[in-house]
Amino acid sequence: MYVADSRSTPHTAPRPAGRRTAGGRRAAVPGTVVALGTVSLITDVSSEMVTAVLPLYLVTQLGLSPLGFGLLDGIQNGVAALVRLLGGRLADRPSGGHKAVAAAGYALSALCKPLLLVVHGLPLSGAVLAADRTGKGLRTAPRDAMISLATEPAARGRAFGVHRAMDTAGALLGPLLAFALLRLAADGYDAVFVTSGCVAVLGVVVLLLFVPGRSPRDTTAGDGPRPSPEPLRALLRRGPVRRLTTCAVLLGLTTVSDSFLYLTVQRRLELPEAWFPLLPLGTAAAFLLLAVPFGVLADRFGRRRLFLCGHLALLAAYGLLLAPTGGTAALVPAVLALHGAFYAATDGVLAAATADAVPAEARGSGLAVVQTGQALARFLCSVAFGAAWTAWGDRTALTAAAAGLCVCAAAGTVLLRPSPTDAPPEPTR
Amino acid sequence: MNALHAPRTPRALSSTARRLLVLAVALLLLGGVAVAATLHAAGRAAEKDRTRADGPPVRQGRVTLDEPGRAVFRNMAWGPHRDELTSVPAGDPAGPRTASGVHCLRFHTAGGTGICLQAVRGGLRDSYRAVVLDVRLRETRHYGLAGIPTRARVSPSGRTVAWTVFVSGDSYAGSNFSTRTSVLDTRTGELDRNLEDYRLIVDGQPHRAADVNVWGVTFADDTRFYATVATGGRTHLVRGDRTAKTLETLHTNVECPSLSPDGTRVAYKKRVEDASSDAPWRLYVLDLRTQRETPTAEHRNVDDQAVWRDDGTLLYALPGDFGSDLWTVPADGSGSPRLLTKAALAPAFTPAGTAR
Repeated sequence: MYVADSRSTPHTAPRPAGRRTAGGRRAAVPGTVVALGTVSLITDVSSEMVTAVLPLYLVTQLGLSPLGFGLLDGIQNGVAALVRLLGGRLADRPSGGHKAVAAAGYALSALCKPLLLVVHGLPLSGAVLAADRTGKGLRTAPRDAMISLATEPAARGRAFGVHRAMDTAGALLGPLLAFALLRLAADGYDAVFVTSGCVAVLGVVVLLLFVPGRSPRDTTAGDGPRPSPEPLRALLRRGPVRRLTTCAVLLGLTTVSDSFLYLTVQRRLELPEAWFPLLPLGTAAAFLLLAVPFGVLADRFGRRRLFLCGHLALLAAYGLLLAPTGGTAALVPAVLALHGAFYAATDGVLAAATADAVPAEARGSGLAVVQTGQALARFLCSVAFGAAWTAWGDRTALTAAAAGLCVCAAAGTVLLRPSPTDAPPEPTR
Repeated sequence: MNALHAPRTPRALSSTARRLLVLAVALLLLGGVAVAATLHAAGRAAEKDRTRADGPPVRQGRVTLDEPGRAVFRNMAWGPHRDELTSVPAGDPAGPRTASGVHCLRFHTAGGTGICLQAVRGGLRDSYRAVVLDVRLRETRHYGLAGIPTRARVSPSGRTVAWTVFVSGDSYAGSNFSTRTSVLDTRTGELDRNLEDYRLIVDGQPHRAADVNVWGVTFADDTRFYATVATGGRTHLVRGDRTAKTLETLHTNVECPSLSPDGTRVAYKKRVEDASSDAPWRLYVLDLRTQRETPTAEHRNVDDQAVWRDDGTLLYALPGDFGSDLWTVPADGSGSPRLLTKAALAPAFTPAGTAR
């Protein structure tokens, strides 16, 4: 899209240094994106190592009953949302810098891993996990801002696709490493936490060494001091930003959370119990495989259009679950593939579409606003879905979500229709 | 500025070389720490396979579920028989243990039937299953489990069994725990996979909610049982019926009930106000007729589903040097807690043992 940038810089904006494209041909993914993808991969290995063994650790080692552990989730979601906004905002400040804020976020999460060894008991473990998530909230927006700033506008979909694929690969590798360690050392949870901490520190080291502090765009486009960032209100006054945020929120309101979706899968498709823990792997595998192709597709086909289409994949997944014939377990791979396709077509693609709508100097805040809006909407959806489940049962609740998704997708189509004020149309190649 | 795309000037090259050097040093240091931690943990794990001089004597032998006057439990003592089902004379629980060779994380037995929740080594990670055992500990049926085993019970006649596992549904969020409780008729093979599907009646009113969790079944007979239901941030003692498929609340703030042999009282974990949130539970006994709650003399935090040794004595596990020790306390609130045996978990008695 390259919409908002066109207001502050001439159309023939200088390309990022070292990124020559001949006649619009696709060039290699920028080194910064690969470096950030590597950092995310390493960090996800670290965090998913812990996530994979934590229930086991709490139950079998500490002898805790982790019921009611999820109660903190609501507060954590709220805090994470605020922290994300703060992260984006700090990163946009001339004195802040995306890299510094992202590094702080990664470092905070790295510190939390060994802390898990020291704390015993649910409240403290919960606090450590909350701090871990705070780090995640802090780093997300600056990281995505750096990816967008390092990449040519026409190739942002692919860049985010590559990043998300690397990120998901880490999420899949983490549990493997954790369980391999537990094989080497029975009950070696301390080894898992220490190794996870070391892996996280390695991520910070790679970030500090290989991700440039100032993006090439800043150095080439910025003569004189950087302007101070726009206040959030001014950011939301921008038409494209407001429309994209509204659309992300509307669709987020009808996106049933992963846990509810898996629960519905198991109840409706009569999945054998032992397969239940493997459901998230199916989604992640599809996400991993599709992230790059869908990113490329987004660059050609239009990011906002693909973002909307991704929700049709989700709608199709709901449809399979609601099929009146009574589902069979054979449908599970199809549902998970659609679920992964939904993430591949929406997660990185939304970031790329946001980058199109936000000027470089407010990129972090802009990404944070849209992603926070989406996250809060999804949280509200979880609450509402739980209530609907209570009142009407799972089938009716899912039907309601599907109907809501139809309405919101229609509204989104109207909202995201390219308007004349959006200036140049999306590049087609 | 961009390390991977900088022009190849000598200065940039040396800068790249310096970065790679720093990376290599970091890799060595961090890898060293991780390897040391893993070796340390592996050494400790190997230690647990060696018998300790101060542990109870354990010998390989025959364990049957109908031999009168025996207590059967998971042996936690270090050595080759760690985590195996072992039996001891009910009158001498700290005495020599006979190890069966059957590994269980959780176990219970009654009426000659055993239920064993065990880990199954997979290529990548352990999975779990519930195994129904006959009197000679031979497997008669098994079922895959969706999560980590926590509770297991057999009805007094040995016909019906129940188990509870912890499920963490969403790997990415990681903090979303729920329980799943299943009840199995071992004679017909009829399995109610999830008691949340039963009709729940709270204070006389039908109740449906997505946040319902059921755990800790204890049987009155082959069809009627008691259990814990949590919904709306509260826990309830419920009376369940396998034929009618209902759960009906009786009392609040009751977790992991255990019905006395005479069927008049329930021992349970009560969440007490003034305790720390780390250790919130105390062992109580509820009289089902009068609804009167009696605290036991055990004042420490108890996170276990107690077992009745007879109509006046409770058995429960507390954390110990080898993971868990077994303690006993009178059910009427008198006396004081007494250590029964170290390094043991999930006890149950063979038929004549309870009637002793």
